Amino acid sequence: MDKSIIEKYQPVIGLEIHAQLSTQSKIFASDSTEFGSMPNTNVSVITLGHPGTLPLLNKKVVEYAIKMGLASGCEINRVNFFDRKNYFYPDLPKGYQTTQDKAPICKGGEVVIRMKDGEKVIRLNRIHMEDDAGKNLHLAGETDTLVDYNRAGVPLIEIVTEPDIRSSEEAFQVVTEIRKLVRYLEVCDGNMEEGSMRCDANVSVMLKGATQYGKKVEIKNMNSIRNVQRAIDHEIERQIELIEKGEAIFSETRMFDATTGSTYGMRTKEELNDYRYFPEPDLQPLNISDKWLADIKATMPSLPNYLYKKFTTEFGLPEYDAQVLTDAKEIALYFEDLCKHTKNYKAASNWIMGPVKGYLNELTLHINDFPLSTQKVSELIAMVESGKVSFAVASQKIFPEMINQKGGSAQQIAEKMNLIQESDTGALQPLIDEAIAKYPNKVAEYKAGKTNLLAMFMGEVMKLTKGKADPKITSELLKKTLDNLN
Amino acid sequence: MKRYNSLEEVRSDLSKGLISCRSLTEYYLDNIKKKAHLNAYLEVYETEALAKASEVDQKIKEGKAGKLAGMVIGIKDVLCHKNHGLQASGKILSGFISQFSGTAVQRIIDEDAIIIGRQNCDEFAMGSSNENSAFGPSLNEADTTRVPGGSSGGSAVAVQADLCLASLGSDTGGSVRQPAAFCGIYGLKPTYSRISRYGLIAYSSSFDTIGIISRSVEDAALLLEIMAGPDNFDSTVSHKEVPAYSKSLDFGKKVKIGYLKESVESPGVNEEIRKKTQDILTTLEKEGHTVKPVEFSLLEYILPTYYILTTAEASSNLSRYDGVKYGYRSSEATDLQSLYKKTRSEAFGAEVKRRIMLGTFVLSAGYYDAYYTKAQKVRRLIKEQTEKILSDVDFLVIPTTPTTAFKIGEKTEDPISMYLADVFTVQANLSGIPAISVPAGNDSQGLPIGIQIMTKAFEESSLLAFSKYLTSKN
Amino acid sequence: MHIDKETIRKIAHLGRLEFEEKNEEHILKDFNKILDWMDKLNELDTSNVAPLIHMSSEVNVLREDEVKVTLKHEEALYNAPKKDSDYFRVPKFLG
Repeated sequence: MDKSIIEKYQPVIGLEIHAQLSTQSKIFASDSTEFGSMPNTNVSVITLGHPGTLPLLNKKVVEYAIKMGLASGCEINRVNFFDRKNYFYPDLPKGYQTTQDKAPICKGGEVVIRMKDGEKVIRLNRIHMEDDAGKNLHLAGETDTLVDYNRAGVPLIEIVTEPDIRSSEEAFQVVTEIRKLVRYLEVCDGNMEEGSMRCDANVSVMLKGATQYGKKVEIKNMNSIRNVQRAIDHEIERQIELIEKGEAIFSETRMFDATTGSTYGMRTKEELNDYRYFPEPDLQPLNISDKWLADIKATMPSLPNYLYKKFTTEFGLPEYDAQVLTDAKEIALYFEDLCKHTKNYKAASNWIMGPVKGYLNELTLHINDFPLSTQKVSELIAMVESGKVSFAVASQKIFPEMINQKGGSAQQIAEKMNLIQESDTGALQPLIDEAIAKYPNKVAEYKAGKTNLLAMFMGEVMKLTKGKADPKITSELLKKTLDNLN
Repeated sequence: MKRYNSLEEVRSDLSKGLISCRSLTEYYLDNIKKKAHLNAYLEVYETEALAKASEVDQKIKEGKAGKLAGMVIGIKDVLCHKNHGLQASGKILSGFISQFSGTAVQRIIDEDAIIIGRQNCDEFAMGSSNENSAFGPSLNEADTTRVPGGSSGGSAVAVQADLCLASLGSDTGGSVRQPAAFCGIYGLKPTYSRISRYGLIAYSSSFDTIGIISRSVEDAALLLEIMAGPDNFDSTVSHKEVPAYSKSLDFGKKVKIGYLKESVESPGVNEEIRKKTQDILTTLEKEGHTVKPVEFSLLEYILPTYYILTTAEASSNLSRYDGVKYGYRSSEATDLQSLYKKTRSEAFGAEVKRRIMLGTFVLSAGYYDAYYTKAQKVRRLIKEQTEKILSDVDFLVIPTTPTTAFKIGEKTEDPISMYLADVFTVQANLSGIPAISVPAGNDSQGLPIGIQIMTKAFEESSLLAFSKYLTSKN
Repeated sequence: MHIDKETIRKIAHLGRLEFEEKNEEHILKDFNKILDWMDKLNELDTSNVAPLIHMSSEVNVLREDEVKVTLKHEEALYNAPKKDSDYFRVPKFLG
């Protein structure tokens, strides 16, 4: 579609993100939450909704939900209760979902995203706790749909944003930030491919400058952050096209098809639902005391935004560095710790983003499995800083050897490998003289103005010193010597 | 063998060697066969009960027997009993085998009760006559053309007709007390949350209580003592300490007794029941107790409130019966919608469907506040007014039922007239307080009359002691 | 309050029940009679009354996050009206 037409419209987007909490057991029963078990093995009479069974709330679910709320600046609802959301579906064993309608555990809050034109605050409406449904499998060649209840009862938090998002890029950033947050808090593994984090988007468009939102369409089934963006892009265009053709937007739920990059509507005739929410009489109210809240707060790690600000202001790092370093909590914390041993923050950042990440990526290792302590890495930084070795030598020779030896001081390794740079002019001068003496013709050319021959002489000196010469000092001394020749 | 009226009597004869648990169980099994026409049991565990009886006899010999050794008990078909059938007297759970025992059932098993069978009731405990059973009504032994009351009708008949010593039932709006009154025995509904509901098929979660039907106050006290108390499988169960009810049945003090004027004046209450209530109150007054009428202005709002709230909860609680995971599935289920609709329409009885419809309606968009929220508010008023009354008097004494057992078929055409059978029992469930129906003789036709006593929440000790006292004066 | 047949049908659908058309009139009459009876509550002024929600006075009833295996796979499927060795089965549907 013509870009100028698209630009007439303002998309309005809200997200509903479901995050499976990484507890050992389910929200209302002691069955395992393990992913990938054999079908219908992580179930109990409670999960299967057998007659006579009752829910038993997992304490950790409450604590994880509160952590997420605190991390998002939400108000924590001190008196909580659960509600039933009634509907029939084969993957829903009780005939209702146990969720929080009237009194969600977290109200308000926000997510801060960084766009090219600066920071933007996306308000949250709420975060609430609920149980996941099982899985319906529709296999080709089967006349039946198969139902697996392993997932039924896995704890979820649903994070609901206000319709503050104005583009698919912003939506992309919101999901990225929320995923980063749940991972920092270790309340969810954030794996969208396995479905442990799922995102639904409510999308509408209106003419720019309008105040009345258009009819919203809910899109589901995006199994990656990239697909959230693709689906929204497609949906925006689809809606604009309809409006341009003079057709009406129909409030409906549409599924995203990743292979075609488009959305398709589900037949909604039978889904005219009325969920008949009412308070769950089988669960008692949940009161969150100041003490409980304080205890939970005390277990929370530094958060990405805090670290980002610290890295950019206190450490003076470029925004790019801070962004990369705070992508994952463990890297950020490693870096933060490294900065306790060195004041050369930019060098520290370069080391993490360069050799350290390179090493981890090559072996697909996690930073927790990285064999060198921050103390050791700081030794390398110090050696380069003092001019004893070049960065190249430090990262390509000493660093791998330190890893091989699982420790050992950088200085000792460098000495043993005979890598300490020749920065002593007294020792260098004879070697420089030797190199110059070897090529009288080149000297003449240099003197005639072909100054780029300096590099050739540098290479010769390096050869003679087996690479140990400090390039900066060598270059200066070489130049001086040549210039002084008659 | 003689008819035993309490575990104490049984124990006495056991210790004298006059009977054994096995011979006692054989006696009840024999009675069940002889009185099969009463339709009290849906399933009898003959072999198992006899085996258990022999085991308990052995334990008695070894001095290792539990507190309920010698008690042969039946359980209403809404209580989960591991590896036993469970159907709530309905078709929708056809063939269902429970895979766990509920807390109350497990606790009586652990104390060596002998469970002899599961008992007929109104489908999903919805009814006041036992006529809403997919297995046909249970019959009142006092007059087999009459209902035994409901919903725990079979459980009451079993105790009435000597088909077991005691029964476990459930009471959501009077389902233990009303049939106990119709059958001339004791029916105890404890305080809401006193006994774990784990293993009790839910009808209406904020009302349901497991109840006891027995031939003596002592047995009710002992069973309550064993079943009550904290349980890790019910989040709503009370953590209050459980007194030794069976050891605190002495009653010596003078108390204040309130009665509802309507219950002794209203023409809606059967003449003989009014007279009986009046007589009891007079006796109590003569005994030196203070007896006074109390004002309960909300009586006429009780039943509508009850039916709005219980049907709402029931509509949700019964959604799990969908033909997917267990129980009945219609053979005409060809797609998802027909799976649900055919299964549920074919297998639920008329009254259950009526209540699902009502409950779905009162929770639906546009009607929720007018009905459901309104009823929750009125429930608070009823609870508060009841508590206020009970802060002034120690006990409320009123008839359990406005009439004695009615004829089979008499009220089936008019749901509201059937609902009115619970007018005096529902107050206790709305307020969560304990209540008991005590047998108070028969009317001129030989039909039993029950008197109900209510008291403050968690005051079962004094309720039971007073019931025993009242029985002795009656 | 009185409702019509359309509402009865909608409610029946929500509760996944169906009734023969010939019985609808009877159900409607029955329903409206009960609603009239329930409407009696409107006589009471409850504007300053909070709904009573929880009947037990317990609060913060929580379970520790511990895994317990309580049901075998075969037991889970035992009561199913239609199943295979792994799954519960229902007539195929889309979505």
